[in-house]
Amino acid sequence: MKRTGAQILMDILKEENVDVIFGYPGGAVIDIYDELERSDIRHILVRHEQGAVHAADGYARASGKVGVCFATSGPGATNTVTGIATAYCDSIPLVVITGQVPTHLIGNDAFQEVDIVGITRPCTKHNYLVTRIEDMARILKEAFHIARSGRPGPVLVDIPKDLASTETDYTPLGNINIRSYQPNYQPHKMQLKRAAELIRTAKKPLILAGGGVGLSEAWQPLTELARKWRIPVTTTLMGLGVFPGSDPLWLGMIGMHGTYRANMAAGNCDLMIAVGVRFDDRVTGKTDCFASQARIIHIDIDPTSIRKNVAVTVPVVGDCRISLEKLNQLLGDIGPEEIESMRKDWLEQVEQWRQAYKMVYEDNGRIKPQFVIETLSELTSGRAIITTEVGQNQMWTAQFYRFDQPRHFISSGGLGTMGFGFPAAIGAQVAFPDKLVVDVAGDGSIQMNIQEMATAVENDLPVKIVILNNCFLGMVRQWQELFYDRRYASTRMNCVPDFVKLAEAYGARGLRATEPEQVRPTLEKGLAMDGVVIMEFKVEPEENVYPMVPAGAPITEMLLV
Amino acid sequence: MDNQTRKYTLTMLVDNEPGVLSRVAGLFSGRGFNIDSLCVAETIDPKVSRITLVTEANPSMLEQIEKQLRKLINVIKLRDMTGSRAIRREMALICVRALKADQRDEILRLVQLFRCKVVDVGPAYYIIEATGDAEKMEALINLLKPIGIKKIARTGTIALYREPN
Ligand SMILES: Cc1ncc(C[n+]2csc(CCOP(=O)(O)OP(=O)(O)O)c2C)c(N)n1
Repeated sequence: MKRTGAQILMDILKEENVDVIFGYPGGAVIDIYDELERSDIRHILVRHEQGAVHAADGYARASGKVGVCFATSGPGATNTVTGIATAYCDSIPLVVITGQVPTHLIGNDAFQEVDIVGITRPCTKHNYLVTRIEDMARILKEAFHIARSGRPGPVLVDIPKDLASTETDYTPLGNINIRSYQPNYQPHKMQLKRAAELIRTAKKPLILAGGGVGLSEAWQPLTELARKWRIPVTTTLMGLGVFPGSDPLWLGMIGMHGTYRANMAAGNCDLMIAVGVRFDDRVTGKTDCFASQARIIHIDIDPTSIRKNVAVTVPVVGDCRISLEKLNQLLGDIGPEEIESMRKDWLEQVEQWRQAYKMVYEDNGRIKPQFVIETLSELTSGRAIITTEVGQNQMWTAQFYRFDQPRHFISSGGLGTMGFGFPAAIGAQVAFPDKLVVDVAGDGSIQMNIQEMATAVENDLPVKIVILNNCFLGMVRQWQELFYDRRYASTRMNCVPDFVKLAEAYGARGLRATEPEQVRPTLEKGLAMDGVVIMEFKVEPEENVYPMVPAGAPITEMLLV
Repeated sequence: MDNQTRKYTLTMLVDNEPGVLSRVAGLFSGRGFNIDSLCVAETIDPKVSRITLVTEANPSMLEQIEKQLRKLINVIKLRDMTGSRAIRREMALICVRALKADQRDEILRLVQLFRCKVVDVGPAYYIIEATGDAEKMEALINLLKPIGIKKIARTGTIALYREPN
């Protein structure tokens, strides 16, 4: 069958069950867009290519599918870089298609030419420049295969303009096999046995779950392990939601802004079962002191994550879900009474930590950002898909929203990209048109991709935005307050738009709350409205996120209020 | 695990494609590992190249380097060529000052001793082609230095595993 490059691209997108693309056109992708227009694949026109990548990313995180976006050559391609790096840090499967100048012009400093493959090499799982039309189909199939398999990640494919309109013989390829890429899903039996032995004999075990649990859909066996063996659970930021926040074994998040009890449990446990985590410095604090009493079982699909930052007793390289299922099988059953008496002291100790320091904030007549999140959590019964921006808003959401389900907390964890949350919410809303999707934002972050208001309004994507407006780049200000003698260098935002008017200017709706008693009614009203709504809360300007572990300190040494 | 750094020779078979070398090199620069030397050439299979590199690392760094290299999609196979089970060779072209008769004699004596070749001769210089493992090259260079090395071009290490008997 004779097909052009652009037609092959559409064929493969369909084979891969892609039903939506986020993108922005331009000269180098005009042939691709011409073909896309004729297909039944939906295209969401964003207002900035960064927004396209974050939206595809939010779509992928919410749905578990591969997110796809298109951008043109040159500036279109460079605008995708922050989005790609964000997805790369959090192992999110994306296929990013960029246009390139025609093959005969490559290397000539042609108009709108950049070496996007060179630029994105360190922030993609893999990338390709298609140089021959015969390679097009194979490369695109490989791109999807690589993006979603093993430890997922973004893959970029750069397609020169002339190839999009060049014809070739095309027969669908079927399954792809890359000889140098064979991710290992099956855990090593011996290591699993050792892990089971440690779990059976541990007195003070702790489960630390991360993003990998969500990516491999391992929440069910994880919950089974925790409940059957009465093991308290903490997660990283990326793991929020993989274990129900309503379960008594739930300790809250670990790390720099983790709960007192989670960090204390990490410091005192005798066995840490770490699943789908990579021991980022925001999680471990000073690594020498991290889980220093514990033996560590580390389950992860990516061998490079294991022993990179912390020493482990039992490394298990494999898919988290398969590994946990097999581990549960190996562990077999234990009588409820037996396990109860075995865990009694440890769970009592954990309970004492819970009592010793609760997540509280002072009520002083002004709107407390934590109160906004708590109320949001209550009103949505933890059932909304919540995205966040970066900074204090992100940490308060992690601390005060109760996540009961996986894939309901969407946040830029690894890269910490301000401006991520809103476009990601758009993507999540595309994946789940009937769900409530809320972006929790700071006044700084929301301005980083505010142009996507038009995208949301135009496509009837009724995303709700909660802005915690503290008139500061709050998280940086907090560091300045605590560690730089309150010198607020460039963190005060004196000019912030009137967000209510801004919403209206885009054809959306805006609400504002300035007093604590307005918080609940504003949220009730805003969440119930159709369409895109901005809810702005004028919050306490100098509120801090606590607990806080100063960078580089042991995580058991927290600054409490 | 002792944490001494030492030199390791790693060899990998990679897809013979543009950009593969920069993926390997970028991995080293991006993660703060160093490359002491590097050799790349096609193998018998024109679709596959062999990259051999020498890096200085401690055992835990080496573990990361190996894992990270294996993770690159274009790396087909990776082996540590450090131990005695591998043959390692480097090559150098050395231009030595050779003005006086006694200098010329001394150079030729060394050439013989080290089983090198003289590949070019001029009234005031010899160019020597030398191959050997890293220690031999160091020894030769150290002996030639006092005579006067005008220029030197060295390859990195290449290595092959001995076949099992
Ligand atoms: C793109 C980007 N630039 C800069 C930063 C550094 N940074 C981290 S948090 C923060 C402040 C965020 O302010 P705001 O969005 O108002 O949120 P708040 O902390 O006040 O809730 C900044 C500037 C970042 N994370 N991302």
